[in-house]
Amino acid sequence: MIVTNVHKDAEALTMAITAELPAVPERAWQLWADPRQLERWWGPPTWPATVVDHDLTPGGRVSYVMTGPDGEQAGGMWIVDVAEPPRLLVLRDLFANEDGTPAEGMPETVMRVTIAESPEGSTMTITSVFASAEAMEQLVNMGMEQGMLEAMSQIEAILAG
Amino acid sequence: MVVDQKVVERLSADEVDRIFHALADATRRDIVRRVLVSEQSIGELARRYPMSVAAVQKHIAVLTSAGLVSKTRRGREQRVAGRPETVRTAQALLDELEQQWRGRIDRMGSVLADLTQEEQT
Repeated sequence: MIVTNVHKDAEALTMAITAELPAVPERAWQLWADPRQLERWWGPPTWPATVVDHDLTPGGRVSYVMTGPDGEQAGGMWIVDVAEPPRLLVLRDLFANEDGTPAEGMPETVMRVTIAESPEGSTMTITSVFASAEAMEQLVNMGMEQGMLEAMSQIEAILAG
Repeated sequence: MVVDQKVVERLSADEVDRIFHALADATRRDIVRRVLVSEQSIGELARRYPMSVAAVQKHIAVLTSAGLVSKTRRGREQRVAGRPETVRTAQALLDELEQQWRGRIDRMGSVLADLTQEEQT
């Protein structure tokens, strides 16, 4: 699993990250399509995600709850705009209230995932488009903690391999 | 990481919006690149672009209000210099996002590795 390219565009408020996966596209798709696999990578180790509803079809919704170290919870949901297994997924990632409705005034991110066959297995590109610079900053501040745990997740990956 | 966090927390949403708005124009980005390398007078900058001195001054005003450049008066001419710490901040936001996704991709790797192991046993 190697990140081969990162393209950050400050003007377009876009970040694209490309990785090579040792898995065929059908299997790489399952990282998103199988809720049990999804919850193993979506949240950082200190904020694991639990997937509540999972309907990865156009118009469908995926909802999840992330639980922090002190038991605090943060809800999120995806609204699926395009789902063409195993190659293309376009969704909007939103913050959710406790009752599962989208939270007002919270940033929305559009994510576009493409999966293509490659000699190693598949190439996955995830492009995130942020609604505004403010939205981007909010997301960065909320995800801060994760950066510090980066090293930890890398060690886990080595142990798992 | 810790340094970036401090930088980001210090900025208000308005400041962040001004930075990104300022960088959303090709001429302004070019001005920032030039003055980061070396200080320039407004006259020197204006000669480089197919636009009036007044238009260039407008761009510089946008960059100044975003904190990306600073203006100083040297005798009769106004000099424009880059402020690298602000330029780095815009980049720091995107860098943090990159780190979030690198973490996720690492974890995707361990999920795939575990699945392979399960299949082999």
